[in-house]
Amino acid sequence: MTAICRLADLAVERGAAGLLGETQIALFRLPDDTVRAVQQRDPYSGANVMSRGIVGTRGGVPTVASPMYKQVFDLTTGRCLDAVGYSPRPGLAPDLATWPVEVIDGVVHVRSGPVS
Amino acid sequence: MARRLVVVGGGMVAQRLVEALRARDETGIWEVTVLAEEASKPYDRVALTSYFSARDAEELTLGDPALWDDELVTLRRDAAVVEIDRAARTVTDRLGRVHGYDELVLATGSSAAVPPIPGADLSGVFVYRTLDDVAALRGWVEEKRASAPSANGWQRPVRGAVIGGGLLGLEAAGALKALGAQATVLQATTHLMNAQIDLGGGEALKRILQGMGIAVRCEALTSRIRASRRTGHVGSIDLGEGGRLDADVVVIATGVRPRDELARAAGLPVGERGGIVVDAGCRTTDPRIWAVGEVANVGGNGCVGLVAPGYAMAEVVVDRLLGGEATYPGADTATKLKLQGVDVASFGDPFASTPGSMELVYADPVAGVYKKLVVSDDTRTLLGGVFVGDAAQYASLRPMLGAELPGDPGQLLLPEGSGAAPSLELPDSASVCSCNNVSAGEIRDAVTEHGCTDLAGVKACTRAGTTCGSCLPLVKKITTTELERAGVEVSNALCEHFEVSRAQLFDAVRVADLHTFSEIIARFGTGPGRGCDICKPTVASILASLGNGHILDGEQATLQDTNDHVLANMQKDGTYSVVPRIPGGEITPDQLLVIGQVAKDFGLYTKITGGQRIDMFGARIEQLPLIWQRLVEHGMESGHAYGKSLRTVKSCVGSTWCRYGVQDSVGMAVELELRYRGLRSPHKIKLGVSGCARECAEARSKDVGVIATEKGWNVYVGGNGGFNPRHATLFAEDLDDATLIRTIDRFLMYYVRTADRLQRTAAWVEDHEGGIEAIREVVMEDSLGIGFDLDAAMAAHVGSYADEWRAVLEDPEKLRRFGSFVNAPDTPDPDLAYVSERGQLRPASEAERAGQVRV
Ligand code: SRM
Ligand SMILES: Cc1cc2nc3c(=O)[nH]c(=O)nc-3n(C[C@H](O)[C@H](O)[C@H](O)COP(=O)(O)OP(=O)(O)OC[C@H]3O[C@@H](n4cnc5c(N)ncnc54)[C@H](O)[C@@H]3O)c2cc1C
Ligand code: SF4
Ligand code: FES
Repeated sequence: MTAICRLADLAVERGAAGLLGETQIALFRLPDDTVRAVQQRDPYSGANVMSRGIVGTRGGVPTVASPMYKQVFDLTTGRCLDAVGYSPRPGLAPDLATWPVEVIDGVVHVRSGPVS
Repeated sequence: MARRLVVVGGGMVAQRLVEALRARDETGIWEVTVLAEEASKPYDRVALTSYFSARDAEELTLGDPALWDDELVTLRRDAAVVEIDRAARTVTDRLGRVHGYDELVLATGSSAAVPPIPGADLSGVFVYRTLDDVAALRGWVEEKRASAPSANGWQRPVRGAVIGGGLLGLEAAGALKALGAQATVLQATTHLMNAQIDLGGGEALKRILQGMGIAVRCEALTSRIRASRRTGHVGSIDLGEGGRLDADVVVIATGVRPRDELARAAGLPVGERGGIVVDAGCRTTDPRIWAVGEVANVGGNGCVGLVAPGYAMAEVVVDRLLGGEATYPGADTATKLKLQGVDVASFGDPFASTPGSMELVYADPVAGVYKKLVVSDDTRTLLGGVFVGDAAQYASLRPMLGAELPGDPGQLLLPEGSGAAPSLELPDSASVCSCNNVSAGEIRDAVTEHGCTDLAGVKACTRAGTTCGSCLPLVKKITTTELERAGVEVSNALCEHFEVSRAQLFDAVRVADLHTFSEIIARFGTGPGRGCDICKPTVASILASLGNGHILDGEQATLQDTNDHVLANMQKDGTYSVVPRIPGGEITPDQLLVIGQVAKDFGLYTKITGGQRIDMFGARIEQLPLIWQRLVEHGMESGHAYGKSLRTVKSCVGSTWCRYGVQDSVGMAVELELRYRGLRSPHKIKLGVSGCARECAEARSKDVGVIATEKGWNVYVGGNGGFNPRHATLFAEDLDDATLIRTIDRFLMYYVRTADRLQRTAAWVEDHEGGIEAIREVVMEDSLGIGFDLDAAMAAHVGSYADEWRAVLEDPEKLRRFGSFVNAPDTPDPDLAYVSERGQLRPASEAERAGQVRV
C-alpha cells in the first residue's frame, strides 16, 4: 500500500491525478467518502486525462465520463459502459485498470500493481 | 402516341394535378402542357404573406421543382389563354400560339373582387392575390416610407387601410404592420370574419387586433377613395355617415370572383354567382373539358375559396383521366386565420344553424379568449366550433366533426393544461390534414408501415401539414403517440436523472429558487442517482445563467465539463489552449506584445482563430494559472473559448476607417462583446457586426448579426456556420443603438431560458412554436409580457460580470485544482511529446513518439 494524499486533498465528486511510482492514476472521491482509483490514460484518446472527467452515476453505479470523447466508465470495475461509437487507440484495452484504495486515518492508500 | 392534356392556369391546384398525374400515370399516357398567366412557377399562394418576411419568391415554390423538368410536362409561363375553340379542340394563348388538346382542364382560380367604389383605381390601391400584388404593395410602402414627411428626427409613419375584415383582409393588415405601416381594418358588417365566426368571437378578435396595434372599424362602409391633392396618389377614404380616414396605401380584400370568363365565352354553363359548373366528376357539360379549384362550381353549389377542396378535385380529375370513377367528396370549410399571434379558427356549423343544435361558450375577456362548440341537441355529437384567442384545441376537435364526443363537451373548452380537458383518441378515418386530405390512419401508417421516425419523415411521406400548417400540432401529436407505441424513444427527458427538458428544468430551477445541484436533483431528479456528464453541465449552465456566482464556487465546480473546470480548452494530448478576450477583434500593439511574450515564455503554439482572436496552444494544466497571472496583470481577461457562452463578436473595421462604412461597427462590436461576455447559454453564442451592407464581418452567419444602415442597424438572428450552415434571418430594421441592444438582450435571454441543451439559436428559432414571427413578437412587442423580466435578467448579468480567471487567481482553494498530480503538483505529465514544425511546436504523432521528442 502506498500513501498518495490526504482524503481532504480530494474534492467530492471530482477527480485528481496521482503518481503511483511511475504510474499515472486517477483518484475519485465519492459522496460517501470512499475513493476509487483507475488508470489516468484514456484508452480512446491516449491522453492522460481521466481524472478530469465528470463523475456521476449510471443505473446507480458510480461512473466517470472521459473528458475527451465522453466514453462512460464504471468507476468500481473500470468497465467501459458506453464507448459512444469509438474504439480504443491501438494497443490500449477498452476498459480502465483499477486499483484497490483504502482510506486510513484520513490518508488515501493505493495498493501497487493494478487489479483487473 | 401520348394523349395531350392542356391545363389552363398555373396555380396551386394545377400544380397538384400535374404532380398527381405524373405520380400515377406510370406508363406515360398523358403529355401535359400547362399554360399559366403568371410569370412565376406555381407557388404557394396560401403562404403568400410569408413573402414579406422571407423576401424570397423561391421559398414559396410548390412541390418538387423537378416536376417541371419532366419530359412529359411543359410549363409555359406568362402565357394566358385567351380563347377556347371547343370544335377544333384547341386553345389560343396571348401570343397567338394554338395548342391542341385531347382533354382540357380549366384551373384558372379567382381574382380579387373589387367593388365599384369611386377611386378604387388610384395609385396606391392594391388587391392581395398574387406574388406581383404583394411585391407591388411592398414596394409602395417602402417608397412611401422613404418619402414620408419628417421633422426633428420624427418621421410620419405610412398609414395603411384595409377594406374588408375577412381572412384575407386580416392577413393583409398583418402584412402592412410587418412592413412597418399602420393598419386600419374597415369592415362593412357588424364584426370581423363574419363568414366564419359569430359576433362574440368577432368582438374578442377585435380586441386582440387592437392590442397588437391594428385598428378596427366595424360597420364602416367605404363610399369613396380620394386622391391626395399633392401627389395624386391615394390620400384618404370616405366612410358612410361622414367619417374619413387618411391613408397612403389601401388594400381591398372584399372577396374573390371566379375566373370563368374563358368558359363563359366558350358557352359552358356557369353558376348564378359565377364559377364553371361541373358534375361530381369535375367535368363540364363538354365531356372533354374539366374544371378544378377555385373556379369550379361543383354541382352548382358555389365555388369554395380554399385550397383543400381544389386538391381533392385535382385528384378526382387525375383518377378520371386514368380511367377511374372518382367523385368529389365535398368540401371541408374549416378555416384558420394565418396571422401571427392571433389564433382564430372555425369549423363545421359555427353559427349553430342546424335545427336543435346547442352552443357551449367559454369566454375569458381578460385573457382575450372566446371559444364555442356547437353540439347536437343531445350534446353528444360535435357540429362545429369557433376559437378566438386560443385555438389549441382546434386541431384535435376539428377531426371529431360529426363524431360522438367522449364525456362532457363543456370540459373540452377548458384551457389546455388545466388538467380537466380529456385527451381525444381520433378514429383512423378522421381527417387530420384537410389541405392534403390526410387521415389519422394514414399518419399512423407512416410510422408503423413506412418506418417514419419523426415529424419531418411523416410530413414528407404523407404531405400532412405541408400546406397551411394549421394541422401540424395534431400531426405531431399523433406521430409522437404512434412512435411511443412502436417503442421508439421520443422522450424529451434530459437523461436518466431528469425526465424534463432543459427549458422545463430552467423554469423549475428559477421558480423554485434553487441554487445547488443537490437541491435540484433531490427536487426534480428521477431517482437516487448523482447525475452524469449530460445533466451536470446542463445544470451548471442553468445555474450560471441565473447568476450563482463563480462557476467554480462550491458544489458548482463538480458540475463543470473539463473545459469549464479549468477555464481552458482541452486539446488532443490533454494540454489546454488559452484564449484571452479580444473584444471586436480590436487589439493594441502592446496587447499583441504581451500575448507574444507570454507565448514565447511558455513555449506555446500561437494561431489567429476563426473568431478574430489569438489562441495559444499546449499549456499544461499546472501552467494555466501562471499563464493567466501574466495575462491578467496586463489587463487581459478570459475569452470564454471553453464555455457554452458568448464567444466572439466579430466586426469589420467600419466607418472609422473604411470609406464605405456607415456606422462604427467596431465600437458597437466592442460594446456588445463587453455586454454579453460571460453569459452562459444552452450552446455557444456568436455575434457579428458589419459597418455596411458589404458585410465584411459575415454577420449573417452568426447567432446574432448586426449590419449598419444609413439610419441605424439591421439585426439578423439564427445564423451559424459549423456542420449545418445557416444564414441569419432579418429580425428588425433601422434600430437605434439603444433599441438594438434591448432587442439583442431580449432575444438572447429568451433563448437562454427556453432553448434545449446544446441547441443553437438557428435550431431553437426553427423549433419555436410560431417560428421567428412568434419570437419577434415576444422580443419586439412583448407579446408574453416578459420583456421587463428579460431586461432585468440581462441587467443582472451585466451588473454581476467579473473575470473568471482573475477570481481563480485570487482564490487558493480554486487554484488547487490546477496541480498536475495530487502528490506532485508541479511535475509535468511525463508522456507529453512535441516536434517542431514551421518554427513552432505541435504534439508528436504516434510514429514520432517512437523517437520521443520531449519538451
Ligand atoms: C480555435 C478555433 C479554430 C481556429 O483555430 O480558428 C476553434 C476551435 C474549436 N472549435 Fe470551433 N473554433 C473556432 C472557430 C469556429 C468558427 C468560426 C467563427 O466563430 O467565426 C466556427 C463556425 C461558426 C459557428 O460556430 O457558427 C466554429 C464551429 C465549431 C463547431 C460547430 C458549431 C455548430 O453549430 O455546428 C464546434 C462544435 C460544437 O461547438 O459543438 C466547434 C468546436 C470547437 C472546439 C471547441 C472543439 C473542441 O471541443 O475541442 C475547438 C477547440 C477550441 C480551442 O481549443 O480553443 N467549432 N468554430 C476557433 C476559435 C474561435 C474563437 O476565437 O473563439
Ligand atoms: C393571401 C392568401 C391567403 C390564403 N390563405 C388560404 C388558407 O389559409 N387556406 C386555404 O385553404 N386557402 C387560402 N387561400 C386561397 C388559396 O390560395 C386558393 O384557394 C388556391 O390558390 C386555389 O387554387 P387554384 O389553382 O384554384 O387557383 P390559383 O392558385 O388562383 O391559380 C389560378 C391561376 O390561373 C391563372 N389564370 C387565370 N386565368 C388564366 C388564363 N386565362 N390563362 C392562363 N392562366 C390563367 C391565374 O393567373 C393563377 O395563377 C389564400 C389565398 C390568398 C390570396
Ligand atoms: S463591411 Fe463595410 S464598413 Fe465594414 S469593412 Fe466592409 S465595406 Fe468597410
Ligand atoms: S390542414 Fe393545412 S396543411 Fe394540413
